[in-house]
Amino acid sequence: MNFSEVFKLSSQLCKFSPDGKYLASCVQYRLVVRDVNTLQILQLYTCLDQIQHIEWSCDSLFILCAMYKRGIVQVWSLEQSDWHCKIDEGSAGLVASCWSPDGRHILNTTEFHLRITVWSLCTKSVSYIKYPKACQQGIAFTKDGRYMALAERRDCKDYISLFVCSDWQLLRHFDTETQDLAGIEWAPNGCVLAVWDTCLEYKVLLYSLDGRLLSTYCAYEWSLGIKSIAWSPSSQFLAIGSYDEKVRILNHVTWKKITELEHPITISSTKIIVYKEVEKSPTVETERLAFPPTKALASSLFSTKSKYDIAQVPVSLHHIKPVADRANPRIGIGMLAFSSDNCFLATRNDNLPNAIWIWDVQKLKLFVVLEQLCAIHLFEWDPRQARLAICTGNSKVYLWSQAGCVSVQVPMEGDFHVLSLCWHSTGNSMALLSKENFCVCYLDKETK
Amino acid sequence: MGDWRTITVPTLSSDSKNTSWHTSEKKMSPSNLNVQQVLRSPLPLSKSAHIFFSAFCTEENVEQCLSYLNRELTTLGFPSLFAESKGKELSVVSVLNCMYELLALQGKNLRAQEEVETQHLKLGSDMDHLQNCYAKLKEQLETARREIVGLQERDRQLQCKNRNLHQLLKNEKDEVQKLQNIIASRATQYNHDMKRKERDYNKLKERLHQLVMNKKDKKIAMDVLNYVGRVDGKRGAWRTGKTEAKNEEEMYKVLLSEYEQRQKQLLVENAELKKVLQQMKKEIISLLPPQKPKLKDRAEDGIGTVLSDVEEEVGELNKENMWELSCETAREQLTNSIRKQWRMLKNHVEKLDNQVSRVHSGDLNNKDVISRKDHELETEKLVLEIQQCKEMIKTQQQLLQQQLTSPSDDDDTNPLLKDCYLLEERERLQEEWKLFREQKKNFERERRSFTEAAIRLGLERRAFEEDRGAWLKQQFFSMTSDRKNCEHIKSPPSAFLGGSGQDNQLANFRPQQKKSNYLLSVPTSSEFCKATQHTPENSSSGAMLNKTNEDKKPNLSGRESSKQKLSNASSPDSQEDFYSLCSLLQTNLHIEHMDNLP
Repeated sequence: MNFSEVFKLSSQLCKFSPDGKYLASCVQYRLVVRDVNTLQILQLYTCLDQIQHIEWSCDSLFILCAMYKRGIVQVWSLEQSDWHCKIDEGSAGLVASCWSPDGRHILNTTEFHLRITVWSLCTKSVSYIKYPKACQQGIAFTKDGRYMALAERRDCKDYISLFVCSDWQLLRHFDTETQDLAGIEWAPNGCVLAVWDTCLEYKVLLYSLDGRLLSTYCAYEWSLGIKSIAWSPSSQFLAIGSYDEKVRILNHVTWKKITELEHPITISSTKIIVYKEVEKSPTVETERLAFPPTKALASSLFSTKSKYDIAQVPVSLHHIKPVADRANPRIGIGMLAFSSDNCFLATRNDNLPNAIWIWDVQKLKLFVVLEQLCAIHLFEWDPRQARLAICTGNSKVYLWSQAGCVSVQVPMEGDFHVLSLCWHSTGNSMALLSKENFCVCYLDKETK
Repeated sequence: MGDWRTITVPTLSSDSKNTSWHTSEKKMSPSNLNVQQVLRSPLPLSKSAHIFFSAFCTEENVEQCLSYLNRELTTLGFPSLFAESKGKELSVVSVLNCMYELLALQGKNLRAQEEVETQHLKLGSDMDHLQNCYAKLKEQLETARREIVGLQERDRQLQCKNRNLHQLLKNEKDEVQKLQNIIASRATQYNHDMKRKERDYNKLKERLHQLVMNKKDKKIAMDVLNYVGRVDGKRGAWRTGKTEAKNEEEMYKVLLSEYEQRQKQLLVENAELKKVLQQMKKEIISLLPPQKPKLKDRAEDGIGTVLSDVEEEVGELNKENMWELSCETAREQLTNSIRKQWRMLKNHVEKLDNQVSRVHSGDLNNKDVISRKDHELETEKLVLEIQQCKEMIKTQQQLLQQQLTSPSDDDDTNPLLKDCYLLEERERLQEEWKLFREQKKNFERERRSFTEAAIRLGLERRAFEEDRGAWLKQQFFSMTSDRKNCEHIKSPPSAFLGGSGQDNQLANFRPQQKKSNYLLSVPTSSEFCKATQHTPENSSSGAMLNKTNEDKKPNLSGRESSKQKLSNASSPDSQEDFYSLCSLLQTNLHIEHMDNLP
C-alpha cells in the first residue's frame, strides 16, 4: 500500500471523475483537476467564491461548483479550459445543485424549496418544477439515468412525480400514503421506487415505475421508525435500518420481510469473528497485520500503532446511552451499505459507534464484527469487490475483506485525521480526506 | 410387678368399702354390735374384717345372730339354717351347705371381682391411652386449626395482593390506553398544527414565490459561453403529445424488459429446481423399491393412499411430458407424487430408526451381551487351553531335555564318554536300521513268493477239484442205480460247500501265516520256499481230512462247528509253528547280527 503526498483541500471536496481519469479537489475558491495516475495538475479553475459543492458530469467533461451562499453555480469544461458557465439563482437563493444524469442539465433547488430550476447547457430552455419537498432525499434518478423521481408536497400531502430525464416531461404523478415523506430511492434496476416515511412512523412504500403501489411494509407502530435504507446492487433486497437497532430485509418478490438483523451489545455466538482493534506500543515491531509502509516508517515511529485482535466471545461492545430527551437520538441503524458483489451488508448501530457489523447476505447471518477504538465516521465498499474501507477520524485507515482486516497508519507528517474517503472506480486507489488535506492511497495488487 | 402392687391397693380399699357397706347395713340393726362379737366369721377376709367379725357374735347373742343370719340368708334365697322338721333346731348340714355355698359364692365373686378389676385396669389403661391420644389429637387439631387459619390468612393476603395487582394491571392498562389516547390525540393535534403551519408556510412560500419569481429578477440567469451538444449528439425534441406517448411506451418497455428478465430468471431457477426435483425423485425411487411392497402395505393400512399410488403410476407414465407442463396442470400430480414418496421415505426412515433403536435396546438388553459373555468365556477357555498346552509342551520339553541330559547327569564326570556312548549308540542304531531294512526287503520277497504260492495252490486245487469231479463221475457212472448211492451223489454240493468253507478257513489262516512269515526274515529263499510249500500241503491235507470226516458224518449239520473245530485244531499248530519260527528267527538274527558286526 502506497500513499501519495498530501494536497491541500477545503470543505472535504474531492471527487474522482466517473471515468476514473481525473481527480477534482477544491481549495477555497479554486478547483483543481489532477490526473489520477500522476496527480499532476491538469486544470485549475477559479470560482467566484468559496466552493461548497462540486459534482462531475456523467461523461466527466464538466464539473459544477456550487456556491450556495451566493446562489451561484459555476460549470467548467475539462476539454475547453476557456469555456465557462455561470448560473445565478439570484434572490431565490440556492440550497442544492446537481447534474441530471445526461450531464447536460443542472437542477438547482432554490431556498425554501420553492422550486427546482432545470438549466440546460444545450439549449436556452429553463424548466421549473414547483413544490419540491424539503426532505432527506427528495430527488432520485434511476441508475440508467432515464427517469427522475421527485418528492413533492402540495396541500399537506405527499406526491411523487416521475420525470423522463431526456425531455423533462412528467410521466407519472401520484400521491403517497405517507404522513411526512422522508426519502425516496430507486432500486438499481430502475423499476421500483422505495418511499419511506418520516422517523415518527415506520412505513415503507414500494412503487412500480408506472406508479402502482406494489407493497407497503410497516414493522411496528408508535416508536421511532426508519433511519436508513439501502438497496442491494441486484435489486433483490431492500435493507431498512431503524431506530429499534434492527435491520429488516425485504425481498423483491413478495416484498415481505425475510429476516431481522439484530445488533446486540454483547456478541455471544462462537461462529462470529470479532475483530477488535487494539493499540500496541510503538516499540513492538511485529508487523503481522499492519502493512509495513516503508515510506511512512519514520513518521509513524512516534505515533501509536494499532492492530486487530480476534476477540474471544462473548464480547461486550462499547456502547453509549442515547439521550432520551433529545431529538434525533443516537440510536438505531444509521448507516448501512451492501457490498458491490451483493455478498455482504455492512451496518452501524449508532449507539454502538465503534462497531461495524458485516452480515453475510447469502446466509443472512452475522459474519464479522469490527470494533474500532474510535467512533466510525464513514465506511465505504470497494466498487469492484467485497472490500470495506473504514475511517474513524484518526490517522488510520482500515480495510476489511474476507481474508481479514488491516489497520494502516497514514504516513503523513503532522496530524492527518481521515474524516472521509472515496474509492476510485477501479478499486485500486482511494482518496483519504482530512479536514484540510487529502492524499491518495494506492492499494497493492496483492491485497485485492 | 410394682404396677400390680399399686393396683392392688384399690382392691383392698374396695374390700374395705364392701365391708363398710356391710357395716353400714349392720349398723342399721341396733343389736348387731353384740352379735358381731359372738360370731366369728369363718371367712378370713382381712385383719380388719376379722376384727370386725369378732365383734359381731358373742356368747350372749348367738341366738340373735343365728336368727339374723337365717333371716338374711333366706332373704338371699338360701335354705333356712334351721331344720324345719325339728322346729327351731339349728341344722348343721344346712349351715354347712349354706356356708359352702357362701364360700363358693365368695370365691366366684372374688374371681369375678378379680376379672372385673383386671378389666377395669385394662379399661383404665385403655382410657389413659385414649385420653393421651385424645390429648394429642386435640393438640394436632389445634395446630391444624392454627395452620388453617394461617393459610387462610396467607391466602387472603395473596388474594388481596392479587386483587391489588389486578387493580394495578388494570390501572396500568388504563394508563397505557390513556397514554395511547394521549399520543394519538397529540399526534392528531400535532398533525393538525403541522398542517396548519404547513398551510401558512405554503402561503408564505407562494407569496415569496410570487414576489421573487414574478419580479423578473434580472439576476436569475445563466451565463454560458456557448451551448454544448447533447451527449447523444441529437437535438432536443419538441414536447408534443407524441413524445408523451413515446415516453409511456418507453416506460412500459423498460418495465416489460425488467419483468421479462425476471421471468427468465425465474424460468431458469424453476428449471434448475425441476432438475433437482427430478433427480431427487429418481433417487428416492431408486432408493425405495426394495421396501416398496412393505411400505405400500403399510401405507394402505395407515392412510389408504392406494389412489395416489395409481395416480403416481399415471404420473410416471407421462413423466417426461409432465416436466414440460406448466406448473398449474402438473402441480397437483407433482405435489401428490412427491408427498407420497416423501411419506414413503419418511416411513422408511422411521422404520430404520425404529430398527436401529430396537437393535440398540436389544444390544443393551439381552442377546449381544450374552453372546459377548459367551465369547468371553470361550476366549477364556481357549486361553486356558493354550496355557495348558504350553505348559504341557514345556514339561515335555523339560522331560525330553532331562532324558537327554540324564545320562550326562549320571556320568557328568566325563562328557567325552557321553559322546562316545552316543556315537556308539548311533552306530548301533544305524546297524539295526540297516538290518531292519534288509529284513523288510526279505519280508517283501517272502510275501511275493507267498502270493505266488497261493496262486499256485489255487490252481492246484482247481485241478484237484476237477480231478475229484472226474473221479466222482466215474464212480457215479460205475455205480448202478442204487438209492444209497443216490444219497451219496447228493453229497458233492455239500462237499463243495464245505470246500468253500475251508477256503474261508484258509483265508483266515493265511494272514497268521503271513505274520509269521514277516517275522521270518533270515532263512534263505530256498529254505523258505520249502517251508511255504510245506505249509499249504499241511493245510490242504487237514482240509482233506476234514472233508472226509464230513463226508463220513453227514448228520453233522453245523458247518460252523466244524469250522470252529478246525480253527481250534489248526491254531495251536500254527502258533506252535510261529513260536518255533520265532525262536529260529531269533537265533538266526543273532547269528546275522554277529556276522554283520565287523
